[in-house]
Amino acid sequence: MNSLKKILLGDQGLVVIFAVAFAIVSLTVPNFLSERNILGLLQSVVTIGIVACTMMFCLASRDFDLSVGSTVAFTGMIAVIASNMTGSIVLGLVIALLSGALVGAVNGFVIACFRINALITTLATMQIVRGLALIVSDGRAVGINDPGFYQLALSRFLGIPTPIWVMGALFAVFGFLLNRTVFGKNTLAIGGNPEAARLAGVNVVSMRIWIFALQGLICAVAGIMLASRITSGQPNAATGLELSVISACVLGGVSLAGGRAAMTGVIVGVMIMGIAENVMNLLNIQAFYQYVVRGLILLGAVLLDNLRSSASRR
Amino acid sequence: MSFLSVQNISKSYPGVQALSDISFSVEKGAVHGLMGENGAGKSTLIRVLSGDQSADEGSISIDGVEQNYVSVRDAFDAGVIVIHQELQLVPELTVAENLWLGRYPNQAGVVDARELSASVSARLEEIGIDLDPNAKVSSLSLGARQMVEIAKAVMMEARVIALDEPTSSLSSRESEILFDLIARLKAKGTVILYVSHRLEEIFQLCDSLTILRDGRLAAHHPKIADVTREQIIAEMVGRELGNIWRWRGRPLGPTRLEVTGIHGSKLPEPGGFSVRQGEILGFFGLIGAGRSEMMRLIYGADARRGGRVAIDGVDVLPDNPRASINAGLVLCPEDRKHDGIIQGRSIEENIAISSRRHISPFGLLHLRKEAALADRFIERLKVRTPSRRQDIVNLSGGNQQKVILGRWLSEQGVKVLIVDEPTRGIDVGAKSEICDILYELAEGGMAIAVVSSELPEVMGISDRIIVMCEGRMAGEFAREDFEERNILTRALPDRNAAEQH
Repeated sequence: MNSLKKILLGDQGLVVIFAVAFAIVSLTVPNFLSERNILGLLQSVVTIGIVACTMMFCLASRDFDLSVGSTVAFTGMIAVIASNMTGSIVLGLVIALLSGALVGAVNGFVIACFRINALITTLATMQIVRGLALIVSDGRAVGINDPGFYQLALSRFLGIPTPIWVMGALFAVFGFLLNRTVFGKNTLAIGGNPEAARLAGVNVVSMRIWIFALQGLICAVAGIMLASRITSGQPNAATGLELSVISACVLGGVSLAGGRAAMTGVIVGVMIMGIAENVMNLLNIQAFYQYVVRGLILLGAVLLDNLRSSASRR
Repeated sequence: MSFLSVQNISKSYPGVQALSDISFSVEKGAVHGLMGENGAGKSTLIRVLSGDQSADEGSISIDGVEQNYVSVRDAFDAGVIVIHQELQLVPELTVAENLWLGRYPNQAGVVDARELSASVSARLEEIGIDLDPNAKVSSLSLGARQMVEIAKAVMMEARVIALDEPTSSLSSRESEILFDLIARLKAKGTVILYVSHRLEEIFQLCDSLTILRDGRLAAHHPKIADVTREQIIAEMVGRELGNIWRWRGRPLGPTRLEVTGIHGSKLPEPGGFSVRQGEILGFFGLIGAGRSEMMRLIYGADARRGGRVAIDGVDVLPDNPRASINAGLVLCPEDRKHDGIIQGRSIEENIAISSRRHISPFGLLHLRKEAALADRFIERLKVRTPSRRQDIVNLSGGNQQKVILGRWLSEQGVKVLIVDEPTRGIDVGAKSEICDILYELAEGGMAIAVVSSELPEVMGISDRIIVMCEGRMAGEFAREDFEERNILTRALPDRNAAEQH
């Protein structure tokens, strides 16, 4: 019993849970292990996976961001509208990325400079940005004029769809950023003890702004991918995304109290969220139940986080 | 027949004997003073009395009945209530609500507001406290809040009330009101334990006095009339200076740190001083004297309202710890837990947090160099740990302090080192080690400012001492003039002198 507890609450606990769950699902759920299903599963977690990369930084620095869902919808919409208007996909994408980074920078600026709680700030921007998405589109879906835009999501490299490559690349980049750069270490230090980090010479204000700006930028990447996949800008896209992303991060061992995060954990967390949904689809479980299951997973994740930190305190 | 009797109380924490064999007794209706330097064991004794900590040995009896309480709740029930310096009231509730907190008069859960305030005003009148029961606590002055705390104690039928430095944040008028109240409680037969640094108050209020030193009973005076001011000071300090400090002289260079007219919101009066190359300047003062506030202003941890800080003649930007570090000015803060260590991160990361910028081209970590850097300082500072990867919260206080020192020693070009309470909560062996490190750094030409509330420590390691008292520089002593009594006398606030000012 004790050794089981040690494994589950240890550093590799999540990987163990994931491996066991994966094995069980592979053996019991028909069609789960097929190439088609696995690629479909990966594609279904692209949005969550991409946004989780930067959400991990937010949480690691003891903040968080509720505005990601709105930002994804807004930037996807901007990408479509700007491409249509300028006739250039590249220009459209650049404008979308910049507007995403701007939303994030505003979040970061308000939180860091005016010392307003991140929960309240991003709750406000979540609604403002969703409103902006509705305003610019007049509340309707906006179709893509240039079919070249579809290629972002449809194209494949070595048989694997581009969005999965993008997600994989971002996992690698942000894993490196967290573990191997001063930026990553300072993020964790701020989460561990913001005042001590400030007194040790870390520029906490500018770090916070950067973290949120990155979050906005990466939301724009996710927004562009999503718009390309659904072949239009949807003002109501990605509602509730923030909760799935935070669930995935917490499930992946990122501490809500800050100071503790690992990219592998987040990847596993994202996969667990994806598998749960995929399996429910394969088993034809009604969508209504999926909400309940997602909520239960989040609850379980927070519980695990709590057990883990009280175990490490001892 | 004594009412409160403390017998052979001992208490130890890992590495520290906080109290050993303390015994004293207090008569019914007496005000008993409790004095001692910081770290003498007063707080620990109060904690034991309040049930917050339990003694390893010894017993407490009240009115002839031996108490064996294990929690603050038990102490309440026995009628022992401690009023701490930080008051424990709910600011957004009214006086009456605070007084009844937890046991509101009610009918089926509905609070009877009229009953609440009526009963309170009757009670306040009875004790002689002039307060509006319907006033919000947040609107009251600190003095009035203290009255509320005392009223609360009285309403809980307290038989022993301990006041910890009650006048430290009161104006002299407020203090007078407090003294009147104490006199009335005394007349009712309540025992008051009065902890204070202020000799005048002790003489004015107390009937008897206990003096602690290094966790031991230094003196017990059943009658205050039999003691003199000089005797009390002698009893508070009278201690052999051990050779744990091993001070050694060294040549001093030109002025390195020059501070002029610095002030901020917590330190309104401008102050200044200078430290020479290779010099160790000690800052002594009682808690609340403004030493740490001064150092935080210099380092830029708190916002400066004015004044200059210059290193080797070059001004340091205000309010910016990063700029201070770049200019070669670093601070080991007083509150290690809150301002020093990064919880949940490794020793390595705690050491390298600032200095890694020198070995991280383009912000990319050089893992091997960073590990080597951490290992070097773990070895040099003799940090006791199985590995540099150990989470810093698992280290003892002394080892955490060494890691923080290591953080700054690993920086390049440090010219001025400020250490606030370098050896607080550290055993004697580690103290000597830390002092040796400081001497070594000074010999290398660093200017060092050491803040401490332990007089022997300041005297043991400093070349010169500045005494602070109530936010002002109250005296300066060269090493050849170090004399415990003189230094302590300067540090003790003298109410009369302050008011003539």
